Amino acid sequence: MLDAAPTRETVLEVNNIEVIYNHVILVLKGVSLTVPKGGITALLGGNGAGKSTTLKAISGLLKSERGEVTKGQILYRGENTADKDPADLVRRGVIQVMEGRHCFEHLTVEENLLTGSYTGNSRAQVAEDLEMVYNYFPRLRERRKSQAGYTSGGEQQMCAIGRALMSRPETVLLDEPSMGLAPQLVEQIFEIVREVNAREGVTFLLAEQNTNVALRYAHTGYILESGRVVMEGTAQELRENPDVAEFYLGMSDKGRRSFRDVRSYRRRKRWLA
Amino acid sequence: MNDDLLFFTEVTLAGLGSGALLALTALAFVLIYKATRVINLAVSEILMLGGYLFFTFAASLSLPWWGALPLAILGGGAVGAIVERGLIRPMLGESAISVFMVTVGLGSVLVGLVEAFWGTDPKSLPNFIANTPVFFGEAYVSRKILVAFIAATVVIGIFLILFRFWRGGVALRATASDQAAAYSCGINVPGVFSIAWIIGCATAAGAGVLLGAIGGISPVMGVFGLSALVVVIVGGLDSLLGALVGGLALGVIQAWVSSFLGGEYVSPITFGILILTLVIRPYGLFGTHEIERL
Repeated sequence: MLDAAPTRETVLEVNNIEVIYNHVILVLKGVSLTVPKGGITALLGGNGAGKSTTLKAISGLLKSERGEVTKGQILYRGENTADKDPADLVRRGVIQVMEGRHCFEHLTVEENLLTGSYTGNSRAQVAEDLEMVYNYFPRLRERRKSQAGYTSGGEQQMCAIGRALMSRPETVLLDEPSMGLAPQLVEQIFEIVREVNAREGVTFLLAEQNTNVALRYAHTGYILESGRVVMEGTAQELRENPDVAEFYLGMSDKGRRSFRDVRSYRRRKRWLA
Repeated sequence: MNDDLLFFTEVTLAGLGSGALLALTALAFVLIYKATRVINLAVSEILMLGGYLFFTFAASLSLPWWGALPLAILGGGAVGAIVERGLIRPMLGESAISVFMVTVGLGSVLVGLVEAFWGTDPKSLPNFIANTPVFFGEAYVSRKILVAFIAATVVIGIFLILFRFWRGGVALRATASDQAAAYSCGINVPGVFSIAWIIGCATAAGAGVLLGAIGGISPVMGVFGLSALVVVIVGGLDSLLGALVGGLALGVIQAWVSSFLGGEYVSPITFGILILTLVIRPYGLFGTHEIERL
């Protein structure tokens, strides 16, 4: 069984950041996290919790969406990323796979993958990387000449992840890889993530709504609620926490229950004092 | 060859020549739109500025044409770079219509500046292309129009090849397809924007020199850009091939209409074609289907 363990070394550190969109909308109200090198870290939470915003703050994509980190700082390998644009960060090894995949629809699958290779690699390296991506995603090799817009959702997700791998990243920020995919495909994608993590030593920080799957594959996790981290721990700790079990996994002491009954949302305790 | 056929051939050849210029101007629109999704209405005025720059270098500074032409083209590129840096980049993330309005304003400013510097009177460029006509069989073609035709088709051909085979061409197409995703892939999106604006404006300036060589220059010659905009919309806003085919077709149609029906029919028919295309194929003949409709 392949399973890399996160090292003690911290590759990415987010210190108490606050993010404001359009100068008025406060989305993150002080988020801090540390991502260990070589690990899979999950960022969990419901819609609007701030998962995507956190990832975009790290990758620098916020700026093109009129968002701004107004407080706190983000350190990648100890270096402040505030004045770096996404292209700089990709060269330093951090790349984001955006939510909703965002494949270039009119380009073929292979051209899509090539767009990830503008980090100054030689042609030989690019060919080698392409081979590596096709080995992880054999499905993409079959569809390499198809226009990405005409491939299935799962293939597009693979294409988006493969494209990120083409930049030879050290850290991949994966936003909602399970979105709109059949459960079986979700497992398949997560298996590949685990494999890439183990074999290539790529660090993953993934935002995910599917808490159940994410906690099975991640090493550590953070739970966000309305722009704040409300809980953190190893994946096992989170899985066994009764609040997580009830609110995110739909389980309680009385066994599995419907989310309809959880809606009453009776909190046993405040998570964040 | 009988006279009617000869006349028809000559009109068609002349139409192809002016069509090539339309295509070259359309190329300027397409290059900028393709990478940045901005319809730069100021292309028409940069075309005019190109003509005036050439005039200044060739007539006032009396440089030879082979010195003045590259300088005029470089000047157009420099204007593109300044505009992109100063006006367009701060608008990154704004809606397309706001950026479009900026280019409309820019066009007016450029007309004003040109009138302030060079006056409003039409001028003719120094003759740098011989006046001796060229004959295809018996058909007569102005040498200037032939030169314009060759220059335009060669430039468009080069761009077609670049977009297909050059590695950076994929980056450009990716940026056009999805800016945010291109950004996230590590493509230097602002860099792509700069390059598109510089090359687009340089192309427009070059087209302005050719156009000025044929018909002279004046502050209102930017109107020609409006016909080119028709070409772009008919051919497809993001299609180089559309610019070429659309430009040649519109040039020929305009030549036929003005010779056989009369000059007053040119505008109604040109814009009639525009309306018809928008009704039948809003994305143009060769354009990408999902692109914005104008």
